[in-house]
Amino acid sequence: MLDAIEKNLLKEVAELDSLPVGAYNIRANGQLESRNTTANIDIVTKTDKPGIDIYIKPGTKNESVHIPVILSKAGLKDLVYNDFHIGEGADVTIIAGCGIHGCGGGESQHDGIHTFYLGKNAKLRYVEKHYGEGDTATKRVMNPTTIVHLEEGAQMEMETTQIAGIDDTIRKTSGTVAAGASLVVKEKIMTTGEQNAVTDFVVDLNGDGSSANIVSRSVARDHSRQEFISRINGNCECAGHSECDAIIMDDACVLASPQLTANSVDASLIHEAAIGKIAGEQLIKLMTLGLTEQQAEEQIVQGFLE
Amino acid sequence: MLELQHISYETDDNKEILHDISLTISERFVAVTGPNGGGKSTLAKVIAGIYKPTSGRILLDGQDITDMSITDRANAGISYAFQQPVRFKGLKVKDLLSLAAGKQASVTEACGYLSEVGLCARDYIDRELNDSLSGGELKRIEIAMVLARGTKLSVFDEPEAGIDLWSFQNLIRVFEKMYEQTRGSILIISHQERILNIADKIVVIKDGHIDKIGPRADILPALLGSADAAQPACDFLADKVEGVRA
Repeated sequence: MLDAIEKNLLKEVAELDSLPVGAYNIRANGQLESRNTTANIDIVTKTDKPGIDIYIKPGTKNESVHIPVILSKAGLKDLVYNDFHIGEGADVTIIAGCGIHGCGGGESQHDGIHTFYLGKNAKLRYVEKHYGEGDTATKRVMNPTTIVHLEEGAQMEMETTQIAGIDDTIRKTSGTVAAGASLVVKEKIMTTGEQNAVTDFVVDLNGDGSSANIVSRSVARDHSRQEFISRINGNCECAGHSECDAIIMDDACVLASPQLTANSVDASLIHEAAIGKIAGEQLIKLMTLGLTEQQAEEQIVQGFLE
Repeated sequence: MLELQHISYETDDNKEILHDISLTISERFVAVTGPNGGGKSTLAKVIAGIYKPTSGRILLDGQDITDMSITDRANAGISYAFQQPVRFKGLKVKDLLSLAAGKQASVTEACGYLSEVGLCARDYIDRELNDSLSGGELKRIEIAMVLARGTKLSVFDEPEAGIDLWSFQNLIRVFEKMYEQTRGSILIISHQERILNIADKIVVIKDGHIDKIGPRADILPALLGSADAAQPACDFLADKVEGVRA
């Protein structure tokens, strides 16, 4: 049974108040907490290493899988390999997420390596949230790795969010995109205090008509540090776009390093990167609506990351 | 009632933008006009608290608000529609309307404000106030925000700019309805003859001074007969041509 702290973590990362409908696999403190499979979705524990294989039958429509991970015991280092096999023509949503409650010093760490295999014309919405809470004496580390393989005509939209409580993170996402397939990534990050976040995307557009759109919005506050790296390789007739938009506050530091490589004359690649403080006129506008400067700042940050 | 007493404003590099402006605003509609660069927008910003006057006092219903912050003035009952509306990445039209209304605006309320300014609410409430909106759309949303606030003093800085596709008559109707609801004063900075035409009082600001001030009947004819009238006269004629075309 989950205790109150664990239930709260589950709510933060997966918006779950109770067990979800459909397939799920809840991992708590390195152990399987509960699991459910459906006629179309099977979840199998790996035998050679920690983690699970999730099999979604071809043509499965409108089903979802929740796979939250929570760590509430201090000093735990958890490493999992989760592989998602999504059959041809399926159209599903996967909600992952990791919550760490760290107290009493030491370091809690979760490294999740998620590999997605999308069959032809499969469609996936993948949502992941990373969240930490607890005292400042405990270091909370998360290093999510996402590897995506999209077959012809497949579409994947990934929404990844880290808003609070993670002290150190290296987020790696890589993808290969076949003809007519598309990968969309929407990332939102906020760092505070002394936190450090590195996010690194590599996408290979390998088939004609493939596309990738990587959009990252972030807010760096206090003394935190963020690094955004994206590399899009256009190897054929394809369209690639990356955008890093960061608000910098206080004494934070943001580094944006978007890269594009065109290996074909038909590759159309664009990158945009903008880092700046909150515009003074935005604060003034909200203050003329009756907000204090601090409230205005919060509204702008909240809206930016929504 | 807003009272400006001997307001002067100098920039940090000692350039005088406003010089000894004294006026009271208690009427329904007060229009501020005059040549570009004369200090009209600066005056609006001094009233909203964005610029602090170098000297002089500002009273709102007898209360000295000269040293009040932008926020405190907003909460004391001053609204200000920018000449150049601000864009926000992420904040949506309904968010801004809710902030303006001081409470979570229901869809019906938000729709009400937007339809007042001629926008179909369904198409707009979930839109971000970002670069995807045109200048004219932003301008109307800016006006809708002031409507949502419903304060005793509303200041509009050239509200007509960029709303050419929406008729002037509608804009004037918005002001009239706003007055009916708030019973407060509406100060409009404008070059438009049609807006000057509804003013109870007209203030002409030129080179940082009050050049003329008085009831519309006294000021407007003189204005239309002088060089300052060139712009309003041109606008007036342009409207007529537009009217004929329509």
